[in-house]
Amino acid sequence: MLEVTGLSVAYGGIQAVRSITFHVNEGELVALVGANGAGKTSTLKALARMLDTAGGDVHFLGRDITAIAPHRLIREGIALVPEGRGVFPRLAVAENLAMGAFVRRDKAAIAADLDHVYSLFPRLKERAGQLAGTLSGGEQQMLAIGRALMSRPKLLLLDEPSMGLAPIMVQKIFSVIRTVAEAGMTILLVEQNAKLALEASQRAYVMESGEITLSGNAADLLGDPKVRQAYLGE
Amino acid sequence: MEILLQQLINGLVQGSIYALVALGYTMVYGIMGLINFAHGEVVMIGTLVTISVAGLLLKLGLPVALAGGAGLLAAVAVCMALGWGLERIAYRPLRNAPRLTPLITAIGMSIVLQNVAMLVWGRNYLTFPAIAPKAQFEFAGASFTAVQVMIVLVSALTMAGLLVLIYRTRLGMAMRATSQNPQVASLMGVNVNRVIAAAFVIGSALGAVAGVMVGSYYEIAHYQMGFMLGLKAFTAAVLGGIGNLAGAMAGGVLLGIIEALGAGYIGDLTGGFLGSHYQDIFAFIVLIGVLMFRPSGLFGEKTGDRA
Repeated sequence: MLEVTGLSVAYGGIQAVRSITFHVNEGELVALVGANGAGKTSTLKALARMLDTAGGDVHFLGRDITAIAPHRLIREGIALVPEGRGVFPRLAVAENLAMGAFVRRDKAAIAADLDHVYSLFPRLKERAGQLAGTLSGGEQQMLAIGRALMSRPKLLLLDEPSMGLAPIMVQKIFSVIRTVAEAGMTILLVEQNAKLALEASQRAYVMESGEITLSGNAADLLGDPKVRQAYLGE
Repeated sequence: MEILLQQLINGLVQGSIYALVALGYTMVYGIMGLINFAHGEVVMIGTLVTISVAGLLLKLGLPVALAGGAGLLAAVAVCMALGWGLERIAYRPLRNAPRLTPLITAIGMSIVLQNVAMLVWGRNYLTFPAIAPKAQFEFAGASFTAVQVMIVLVSALTMAGLLVLIYRTRLGMAMRATSQNPQVASLMGVNVNRVIAAAFVIGSALGAVAGVMVGSYYEIAHYQMGFMLGLKAFTAAVLGGIGNLAGAMAGGVLLGIIEALGAGYIGDLTGGFLGSHYQDIFAFIVLIGVLMFRPSGLFGEKTGDRA
């Protein structure tokens, strides 16, 4: 579904991503793990067209989306939950969710999707009228995921969903990610918490200094001594 | 007591005009952090276009209401095109430039527009055609004209319309989202360039309406009139908290009233040393005071919080 070939990203004179190649199949949950600064977020930002690529190309459902205009991406079916959540702080929770469906016109289906998001995150329904900036970090993460789902994406990109959250909230967020994935959503997950990411995903790529150094089944990687030593603190 | 009421009425009228112009500054600032110093000139061009169009139609013998309406529509159309063109030609190429660059460009565009207006309309004062009714009313010792009533009503209606647009429509929601986080708004499918252009076009339309009001109120116009009006409206926007719509409205009306009261009482306060023609100093006393003691303005959030 997503084919990334030889992707490089550079900014500020630094080569953040060096010619990486990976793919995500339909219905898969694929994780991109690695230490801080390994180039995971740069990769995701380049896919989402928030950063320009310095080389390589990106195909989605057979179409070349390497140089597509950023605001066209969601119409292609790709939604990003950005690092740091990126909720609109002075819009109400319900308005943030409506922004997720900005490009859609099918009112009835939007209403159904809103009910679905509220059933995944009952907290958001309770706070529908509240300004997003007044939510806790975990609630903002729920909102950012809910907002991305409101676009009814074919591919969901998640950037560090556990960042800055209390452990209990991380559990909640990941259980929703699993639910969404089990319902058939294709997900590319970037996560610093390698254990969490590998446990949730089917396949994974390990990034180090801008390159993919390991890849394979998530379960195998979890058992790999090198991975255990470098990323699981053993 | 009569002076007080009279000056409150005058201040409300002048303040309604400031408010409309201030909205143009605040919308553009709210979305892209730019102070469009050429906005006063957009208002001036609105006034001058009305003079030409309405004046010509009156000469051709059209009824006053028709000529006035056509003049207003022409001003709105020309100013919207001008606002769009300003953004497209002067500011969009500088989208990723350091913040000072578009600011200096704005001052440059202001000078360019003044000079274009001077070439087209000349350097003399122009008389605004009589398109507004001349009736006069008395109330508790204070007097006011039909033009003043119209200014307050039209500006209130226009502002109500703007609020509906910003808070009840898809475009308005996109504009609010873009002002808070343009990158994420773009991820949601918002064409940020188009939203910025819309802010310029809408602000310029409000400016055109204000320009027609200024013309019918003072009955005189000039290619340099946009400069002082722009500075005052900018002051009003800062007073209310720049970037904040309600702030621009309240700041405009408040500034008009402060100025009118100042002009009404400055003679008494200084023992006749300064006359009412010193009224312009009040706007700038307010500006300096706000910048010193409350730089975020009356309704502004903490500075720097612009997304």
